[in-house]
Amino acid sequence: MILFFEKIGFSLRQKITRLGAAARLFFSILTYTPENFKRFRLTIKEIYATGVLSLVIIVVSAFFVGMVLGLQGYYTLQKYGSSEAIGVLVALALVRELGPVVTALLFAGRAGTAITAEIGLMKATEQLSAMEMMAVSPIARIVAPRFWAGIITMPLLASIFSMVGVLGGYVVAVPLIGVDEGAFWSQMQANVDFQFDIVNGFIKSLVFGIACTIIALFEGYDAPPTAEGVSRATTRTVVTSSLAVLGLDFILTSFMLTV
Amino acid sequence: MNEDAIVSISNLAFGYADRIIHKRINMDFHRGKVVAIMGGSGCGKTTILRLIGGQIKPHGGEVRVDGKIVHQQSQKGIYDLRRKMGMLFQHGALFSDLSVYENVAFPIREHTNLNESVIKDLVLMKLNAVGLRGAYKLMPTELSGGMARRVALARAIALDPDIIMYDEPFAGLDPISMGVICDLIRSLNDALGATSIIVTHDVAETFAFADYIYFLADGVVAAQGSPDELKKSKLPFVKQFIHSQKDGPVPFHMEANKYADDLGLRQ
Repeated sequence: MILFFEKIGFSLRQKITRLGAAARLFFSILTYTPENFKRFRLTIKEIYATGVLSLVIIVVSAFFVGMVLGLQGYYTLQKYGSSEAIGVLVALALVRELGPVVTALLFAGRAGTAITAEIGLMKATEQLSAMEMMAVSPIARIVAPRFWAGIITMPLLASIFSMVGVLGGYVVAVPLIGVDEGAFWSQMQANVDFQFDIVNGFIKSLVFGIACTIIALFEGYDAPPTAEGVSRATTRTVVTSSLAVLGLDFILTSFMLTV
Repeated sequence: MNEDAIVSISNLAFGYADRIIHKRINMDFHRGKVVAIMGGSGCGKTTILRLIGGQIKPHGGEVRVDGKIVHQQSQKGIYDLRRKMGMLFQHGALFSDLSVYENVAFPIREHTNLNESVIKDLVLMKLNAVGLRGAYKLMPTELSGGMARRVALARAIALDPDIIMYDEPFAGLDPISMGVICDLIRSLNDALGATSIIVTHDVAETFAFADYIYFLADGVVAAQGSPDELKKSKLPFVKQFIHSQKDGPVPFHMEANKYADDLGLRQ
């Protein structure tokens, strides 16, 4: 019995230690921020790697998600005779929830794992040590640019996701099902609020960007320098990021709907 | 501390949570010399390089580089000291996303504001010194182990360091590459007027070109001297090491239960 509690205590302590280490990494990234913005080309390179290279998966997924929303939405709405509201439904679902959340989940799977594996392998092959021995801080040179790239990229990807999703919904609703085009767009225009819907969605994607990127960076930076260690860290990136995104989404939504 | 020593280690103690590695170590590395640290695997040779570079802190004693106590320096102080050092890692540790040229240019770009044409000249000079000017366009994955190490050496000497540290520079190399690296260590040391610290367990190569050798065993310096002095040494450990005898003061078997007990032959 005591052994059982010992085990729980041990794993809890380890988790808290890791949380503390992640917070320290976060703050040391912030201290290198001015330097990072002075050499912004490093961040631009990472924006390409995390953002531009994620575009294909984001655009394709968004298109399908939008089409499915169009189908499901139409099926339910036409029961109540309000199938013109399909445009609003698709847009609100995407801008408020699916855009930021699905983008963050895809980002964790595509860019997050790449960041973790890359940094983990750089550590395993002593590249980070080599950098330190050259009096160059790996946090300034490797970690901080990836962090800012993630934060800049996520809201952009989320907005692209929402736009393409709306197009997907349009393709299903208007040309395929035959919903009135004017009603589709005008209802959307009238019922999507900039402050309440779009800005809140943007805030969500920003928070998810910070969470996903810092998790991916920390897991890579903290990975044991072995093949097994890096593979476990990569898995943890996906699992932790996904859970963090879904949990944070609930918290943020509850605040946004109350305020 | 010896005045002439650029790196001086006194009464150094270090260990990890469950294992003591260094009990009490004293070493001096004199300017312009090639000094080797030898010993069996796991005796803490590489750890000494990391202590000199300030990547870890000693539990007791001190490491001085250029008169400054390493573990008492601030982050900036340690970075200033490291700019006087170049280190060759065991597997080169080249940045895999940068070409050979960019790898060698990396420390120059990070620490100077030189314009591109000067950087190009410097990089090509360093690559020429290791005989790989022709490989400047290649990526690290396209290099053999020996070539990667020579590129890493060019990168380590990019800023003309006062101290060059080599971590197992001969491990896993064919005899030709080994000879090349040996010659390079000696010639670069003499050309740059630097001090070289080599961590290795390759006896023949090291005895051929090192000026001074420290033997580590059981957390202390077990023997030291010039190669000629050590060859004549009567110390059992040194004799075992130099003549690669499998049993001696360093036992073949790791400490264990009685063999018969482990096999269940005794009730």
